[in-house]
Amino acid sequence: MNFQPLQVEGELLSNRRVGAYHLITIVVPGIPERIRPGNFVALSVGGESTSTLLRRSFSVYQAQERGLYGGTLELVISAHGAGTRWLAALAPHQMINVVGPLGRPFPLPKDPVHALLVGGGYGSAPLFMLADALRQRGCRVDMALGAASADRLFGTLEARRVTNALSIATDDGSLGVQGRVTDAARSILERANIDVIYACGPMPMLSALTTLGGEFGVMVQCAVEESMACGIGICMTCVLPVRGNDDVVRMSRSCVDGPVFAGDRVLWESIGSVPEETLGAPKASEH
Amino acid sequence: MTSIRVVPKGGRGVSAEVNLESKLGTLVLPSPVLTASGCAASGKELSQFVDLTTIGAVVTKSIMMSPRSGRATPRMAETPSGMLNSIGLQGPGIDDFLEHDIPWLASKGVRTMVSIAGNDVEEFGRLAARVKRAGDSVVALEVNISCPNVANRGLVFACQPHSAAEVISIVRRNVGGAFPIFAKLSPDVTDIVEIAKACVDAGATGLSLINTLLGMVINTETLKPALAGVTGGLSGPAIRPVAVRAVWQVHAALPHVPLIGMGGILTGEDAFEFILAGASAIAIGTANFHDPSALTRVQKELSVLLAERGFSALQDAIGFAHRKV
Ligand SMILES: Cc1cc2nc3c(=O)[nH]c(=O)nc-3n(C[C@H](O)[C@H](O)[C@H](O)COP(=O)(O)OP(=O)(O)OC[C@H]3O[C@@H](n4cnc5c(N)ncnc54)[C@H](O)[C@@H]3O)c2cc1C
Ligand SMILES: Cc1cc2nc3c(=O)[nH]c(=O)nc-3n(C[C@H](O)[C@H](O)[C@H](O)COP(=O)(O)O)c2cc1C
Ligand code: FES
Repeated sequence: MNFQPLQVEGELLSNRRVGAYHLITIVVPGIPERIRPGNFVALSVGGESTSTLLRRSFSVYQAQERGLYGGTLELVISAHGAGTRWLAALAPHQMINVVGPLGRPFPLPKDPVHALLVGGGYGSAPLFMLADALRQRGCRVDMALGAASADRLFGTLEARRVTNALSIATDDGSLGVQGRVTDAARSILERANIDVIYACGPMPMLSALTTLGGEFGVMVQCAVEESMACGIGICMTCVLPVRGNDDVVRMSRSCVDGPVFAGDRVLWESIGSVPEETLGAPKASEH
Repeated sequence: MTSIRVVPKGGRGVSAEVNLESKLGTLVLPSPVLTASGCAASGKELSQFVDLTTIGAVVTKSIMMSPRSGRATPRMAETPSGMLNSIGLQGPGIDDFLEHDIPWLASKGVRTMVSIAGNDVEEFGRLAARVKRAGDSVVALEVNISCPNVANRGLVFACQPHSAAEVISIVRRNVGGAFPIFAKLSPDVTDIVEIAKACVDAGATGLSLINTLLGMVINTETLKPALAGVTGGLSGPAIRPVAVRAVWQVHAALPHVPLIGMGGILTGEDAFEFILAGASAIAIGTANFHDPSALTRVQKELSVLLAERGFSALQDAIGFAHRKV
């Protein structure tokens, strides 16, 4: 089930560096208790007279209903563009406008299944709340985390606490095995009887995992990352081709129909184009 | 045109001391604040943040006859105080729209202006006829003849007076009588007044000014255009002075024609600027992405500002900047 989003003026509680990322904690009364694993929030950036008007979307790493200062959200920020750099430079007591919870959360199994959680880079952020929720349901949780280098992994210590088994892969071999997280996922699939995969990370990783899941007959729930302007479903910028239950391919909004999609529903190869079979695709004559 | 369309008043949210009533020809709205087409979908999502019955009207995303996928991604690039979009009129088509979106808006009591877009003159005519029969919640039609996200620039009807007039004529013919029709114009023309006049002569009740400006961004990492559609429409505060200029020019030439002003409105003060330039109503687009409660906020700020400047009614402020002292 989904909660109606709120718009709340949040206050930064803390901001600390974790490897290549910034972990920010925001006091935002009302939102934390509504967050389900996989929901995201959309922040405004740049302060009152900002010239960067579009919202920035972030997965929720932790949501604390009650704290010393009221409900808090913890977000993992990878600073690169104007907005994420602004967020990474925030000091305590600065205000940030937050909208959330947004998007559809990860669907949770009714039975105590064996789940594999796969995170690429900061894509691990939403997997910790998910792991907690799965373990509360009696699920066995394995996790595979991957990144280019050790500093781009997030939450490896935390991961040991919330999982039954953890694999780590880095491209440069600076932590865990050298290689791709999908290779780590493959070896887990080969030795364990995985019922479901949950994944969050770069699109190529999600695409590869969907293929891998298909090979082993395992459903892959993917939290995608498409460029978003509003986060609430009104701008139509965040679309990707998804096959619906009626078998029709539509350009679906990842902010309201996602960000979590069943991997086998997404036309991964066609992202960045409009596949011909899409409902209302331009006819060849219109090009 | 003597019949007055009486529209239920919004009531709450509008400051008591300033009368915000907005007259658009025979259409009377309790507030001048509208959504800009394509920046509010069909209202449902924004209704989580704004009581849509308290604003003037929801202007729906431009709808076409058939379902339309829109363009490939990336569809968006942020620009200084604005954004570039090339959505390409993604939508479910008129049947689905009339079956789902309009009944929802009607059930919530939301005054609705339906925006239509056609590939050709005929399609505009057929869409207008369908929308006319869509029920009482539809208070007006906006005719989007200015979408920049089409494959052929030559197909932007609002770029030529005769093609603009051709579309408006068939729409007027098909809806008949005094049903309010607003022609939405592009600022990317040499003389917007000439196009405005052609639309009014062809039967438009009023004009919506302005649609986005055609723009482009190049990604300096990929060394390629940032948008899959190469060019896109520029919106947001970056275009506000262009929009205010368009409203000013058209109001000066056609002082009795109601104008809906838009382009970069973020605050009540921005809205006030458009009113002073000659707009009878204003629409909020890109600002909804920044602040999903922008509609309510701008309405309140505008009301306060009108009172501060000594206006007891919005009506008295329209075009005030044109007055000779
Ligand atoms: C559901 C979801 C969850 C995310 N979770 C995280 C997270 O936990 N940690 C993290 O660091 N990043 C996360 N991202 C990516 C983050 O939203 C972008 O990195 C950020 O918006 C880029 O902003 P910028 O100002 O740095 O870049 P700019 O390029 O200046 O951004 C310009 C515009 O493009 C949009 N945009 C650009 N890149 C992306 C992108 N990759 N995804 C979405 N929108 C983009 C921005 O929202 C903004 O509207 C997530 C994205 C989504 C969609
Ligand atoms: C993402 C996006 C989609 C839009 N879609 C439409 C549309 O379907 N029909 C239309 O007439 N105008 C459309 N517009 C233009 C807006 O209605 C408005 O004219 C323009 O954005 C200027 O206002 P703003 O600066 O407040 O956004 C769109 C604008 C944006 C940003
Ligand atoms: S981000 Fe605006 S519709 Fe999804």
